[in-house]
Amino acid sequence: MQRKTLTRVTLPLLVGALALSACGSKKEATTGGSTAGGTKTVKIGMIAPLSGGLSALGLGMKNSADLAIKQANDKGLIKGWKIEFDPQDDQEDPNTGGAAASKLASDSAVAGVIGTLQSSIALQAAPQLNKQNIVLISPANTNPSLTQGKDYLTTKKRPFASYFRDATTDLIQGAFAADYAVETLKAKTVYLVNDKLVYGQGLNQAFATEFTKKGGKVLATDFVTKDQKEFGSLVSKVKAAKPDLIFYGGQFPEGAPFAKQLADGGLKAPFMGGDGLVDKGFVATIGVKSGPYYATNVGAAVEDLPTAKAYVDAYKAGGYKEDFSAYGPNTYDCAQVLIAALAKVLPGKTAIDDTVRADIVKAVQTSTLDGATGKVSFDEFGDTTNRIITMYKVDAGAFKKQTTGSFAG
Amino acid sequence: MQQFLQQIADGIVLGALYGLIALGYTMVYGIIQLINFAHGEIFMVGAFGGYTLYTYVLPASTPTYVALVLVLLVSMLTSALLAVVVERLAYRPLRNAPRLAPLITAIGVSIALQESVRVFYPNGSQGKPFPALFPRGTVDLGGVTLSYVRIFVVVLAIVLMVALQTFIFRSRTGRAMRATSQDPDTARLMGIDIDRIIVTTFVLGGLLAGAAGTLQGLIASPIDFHIGFLAGLKAFTAAVLGGIGNITGAVLGGFVLGVVEALATQYVPNGSALKDVFAFVVLILVLLFRPTGLLGESVRSRA
Repeated sequence: MQRKTLTRVTLPLLVGALALSACGSKKEATTGGSTAGGTKTVKIGMIAPLSGGLSALGLGMKNSADLAIKQANDKGLIKGWKIEFDPQDDQEDPNTGGAAASKLASDSAVAGVIGTLQSSIALQAAPQLNKQNIVLISPANTNPSLTQGKDYLTTKKRPFASYFRDATTDLIQGAFAADYAVETLKAKTVYLVNDKLVYGQGLNQAFATEFTKKGGKVLATDFVTKDQKEFGSLVSKVKAAKPDLIFYGGQFPEGAPFAKQLADGGLKAPFMGGDGLVDKGFVATIGVKSGPYYATNVGAAVEDLPTAKAYVDAYKAGGYKEDFSAYGPNTYDCAQVLIAALAKVLPGKTAIDDTVRADIVKAVQTSTLDGATGKVSFDEFGDTTNRIITMYKVDAGAFKKQTTGSFAG
Repeated sequence: MQQFLQQIADGIVLGALYGLIALGYTMVYGIIQLINFAHGEIFMVGAFGGYTLYTYVLPASTPTYVALVLVLLVSMLTSALLAVVVERLAYRPLRNAPRLAPLITAIGVSIALQESVRVFYPNGSQGKPFPALFPRGTVDLGGVTLSYVRIFVVVLAIVLMVALQTFIFRSRTGRAMRATSQDPDTARLMGIDIDRIIVTTFVLGGLLAGAAGTLQGLIASPIDFHIGFLAGLKAFTAAVLGGIGNITGAVLGGFVLGVVEALATQYVPNGSALKDVFAFVVLILVLLFRPTGLLGESVRSRA
């Protein structure tokens, strides 16, 4: 009897709620193109880790995109349109990132998305946004498969027409690091460790290919698990193999304690990794101000770029609580590319429909921008044409530039 | 052979941490038959307590060894205090509720504590480099290399475990705890204040978890709001492996789990990726042949 009353009460409630939510979404849909006092609203989304261990990087991305959007709105770059920023937290989790992507994909006011930080999350987000012809530009994804398909070593095939990135791939980054290891550090043997994720494994692989080609030897590959903080037994295993170098594919929340515990265990061999290590958090954790800790990052060092000065100054003036971190300048450029494409396509349009979105994809594909990190343009795969990599070393409590260059092949 | 001994030693360090946390699970279970899923978070908050003291309270001129003792004590007290508060607010009102209610509450408390640290601690979603309060360096014991701090972890953990054992088997309160665990109703008839015993149990579990918080910070900096999850899961496994409710079992389970993980990392192909699988395979095998765990006794049904 009680159950029956329950259904009687809940059913109408449910129906009512559904009806209400339907009204809600309908309303939202119309705001996409509707006129509100003469100006229409277009949304730029973002998918990045805004909480959790990588949030220092994610918040730097969020603030940088926010800065570019504010500047564009102040200058009225897009005639008749106002940009609204809609950042989503992926919590470093591919499923959460995928859900954020589907939320953005279903919002008819969204014209483009900036992100993600991690390649593993882009693999979830890109297909959904691509289906709706929504541009996704990443300042940080480096896994080759995102632009060149999963068989990138043999046949390159672009999987997502609407996916672009202002970060070169791990094929370049890993090979550049391997060359540096062989030529500058004179390493003959390497111990590979990765976090089992798309980025870490791809970077390890790219490093290993070039390292072996140059006559080096890969001793073994081992793995760490997300959120693992204690590596005593792995340290002993690595130490027993007596490598000249440890190369780590992964992010700093696991990489930094691992590097520290290697040193605590008495291992003196240099430790190297990719752009996932470049953060203050790495330096703060390893417990020394200077040491043989190397990491590559995409693009040139910010202090070397005269074009970045305006961005850095504006960021400082913007009053953001967090640092712009490793991907701030690239994110700022991604946002600018997207805004420039919107400025080209949107004026005179009434709503963001499929044709408008297709035009935006085309505009991004052909964009040439003088950004904070230099010239930004994309090749036929959606990869940046800027293939510069910089090698850093921990020195005096910060990542200090060692050399800048690219991998010629 | 040397490498084998090295891995055993590494496993013992890890196992000491698991064991310290596992004791809290097993004691609470022994007294009120509750799997306190918030225990991992009590460990995490303890580590944050010590970190807070060092970062915001202690003057920079404090000698390291004084700071180490203070950080350790504050970690332990923070955890103990939190354990008592959680017991008072979340578990005591449900003392006579069906068992599922406190269990689900425990999961809720766990999430609430994690999120509180993430949201309310200054810059709480970032990892916090734990202060290096122990001299860096390694010592060679017949081919087995261990850093000073890892030896300290094992020694302190064993001292605390022995102290707990002594307390439970030698003191009046310890006897009352054992009596309560055997039969709370009769214990009450004998004049034992059950509420006081339960609070004592949570305090003891909290003290050990807090100590583990500092120790983990020392060997595996940084700490973050999420460290309690994995540590709690492993410690719970250790407690079940040893026989939940059995104090010696929790310690033994911790060491077995730590050593299995270390050996799997070294000797199994792809071992570092599969070490957790092996840890749980061992758990399943033990439970298949000894459903009550290594040292557990069969549970007598209550009258």
